[in-house]
Amino acid sequence: MAFTNEQLERYSRHIILKEVGAKGQKKLLNAKVLIIGAGGLGSPVALYLAAAGVGTIGIADADDVDLSNLQRQVIHTTKDVGTPKVESAKKTMEEINPDVKVITYHTFVTSENILDLIKDYDFIIDGTDNFPAKFLINDACVMAKKPFSHAGIIRFQGQLMTYVPGKGPCYRCVFRNPPPKDAVPTCKQAGVIGAMGGVIGSLQAMEAIKYILGQGNLLTGYLLTYNALKMEFRKVKLPSNTDNCPICGKHPTITKLIDYEQAECDGVHL
Amino acid sequence: MKITVAGVNKEVADNLTVAQLVIDEKVETPEYVTVTINDEFVESGAFESTTLKDGDVVEFLYFMGGGQ
Repeated sequence: MAFTNEQLERYSRHIILKEVGAKGQKKLLNAKVLIIGAGGLGSPVALYLAAAGVGTIGIADADDVDLSNLQRQVIHTTKDVGTPKVESAKKTMEEINPDVKVITYHTFVTSENILDLIKDYDFIIDGTDNFPAKFLINDACVMAKKPFSHAGIIRFQGQLMTYVPGKGPCYRCVFRNPPPKDAVPTCKQAGVIGAMGGVIGSLQAMEAIKYILGQGNLLTGYLLTYNALKMEFRKVKLPSNTDNCPICGKHPTITKLIDYEQAECDGVHL
Repeated sequence: MKITVAGVNKEVADNLTVAQLVIDEKVETPEYVTVTINDEFVESGAFESTTLKDGDVVEFLYFMGGGQ
């Protein structure tokens, strides 16, 4: 596949990088990334991956754009209120970059559909707002041997980690089970600063791009935490012994996917 | 004795338990925090029975569920 003159110009700042080059840009154009959640995290991920020329981007979300989303979900605009988020996101991504094929999934992820959703993708982005979805994405990616980026944001804090099969702990290694519904404050009650999605979502996009390019070090085996008020990033090393994990360990006890009870946008103060 | 908690060096009482450290550090919703000592997970049921020793490096990992 040869680049068109327009592509050479569009991706010139990538192609000039020795870590990318024409070869890396072709990898991006051939890559398939699935973004689950078209919200605070999913918006910047989708914008940057589309701009980067990731050739196929899937985006899954069951919700419509709400006015209260626009403080942080920067892929949607005021005139999109009331339309499905996946449609609004698709339109914006296609306007940014017509090279990108956007596939929409106007649905919640469940134990019934997730393995089918992720199977054709090279890398998965967890941009969801609740623990049941986060555990479901982890378990499905472990079972299907798919790499993914986990992230969470609340108030002035955010964190992320990257799972690559066989290369370190999964989300369930760190957090065994979802907290009970209503055990921790929800995002609606606790709030979140809009730019936090931009910071953490952009880091997730960076992880996906590095994974596709095969360049640099990923956040495998680490949890990167960000406290905006303290203006402090910490790269916390995670234990490398995953033998006892109920999903990715030596003797998994979880052998089928679980739909936990939904409690939207949970978080615990850091 | 000296330990490191979330990257900060601290002087604490000898034989401090993880359960007491979680209280001293004012960890919010302590029943859902993940604790590691020297890159090993502490089982959530073992906070009372796990005693810290000089030089230990402790991290608290918190649930963070938001994203939309």
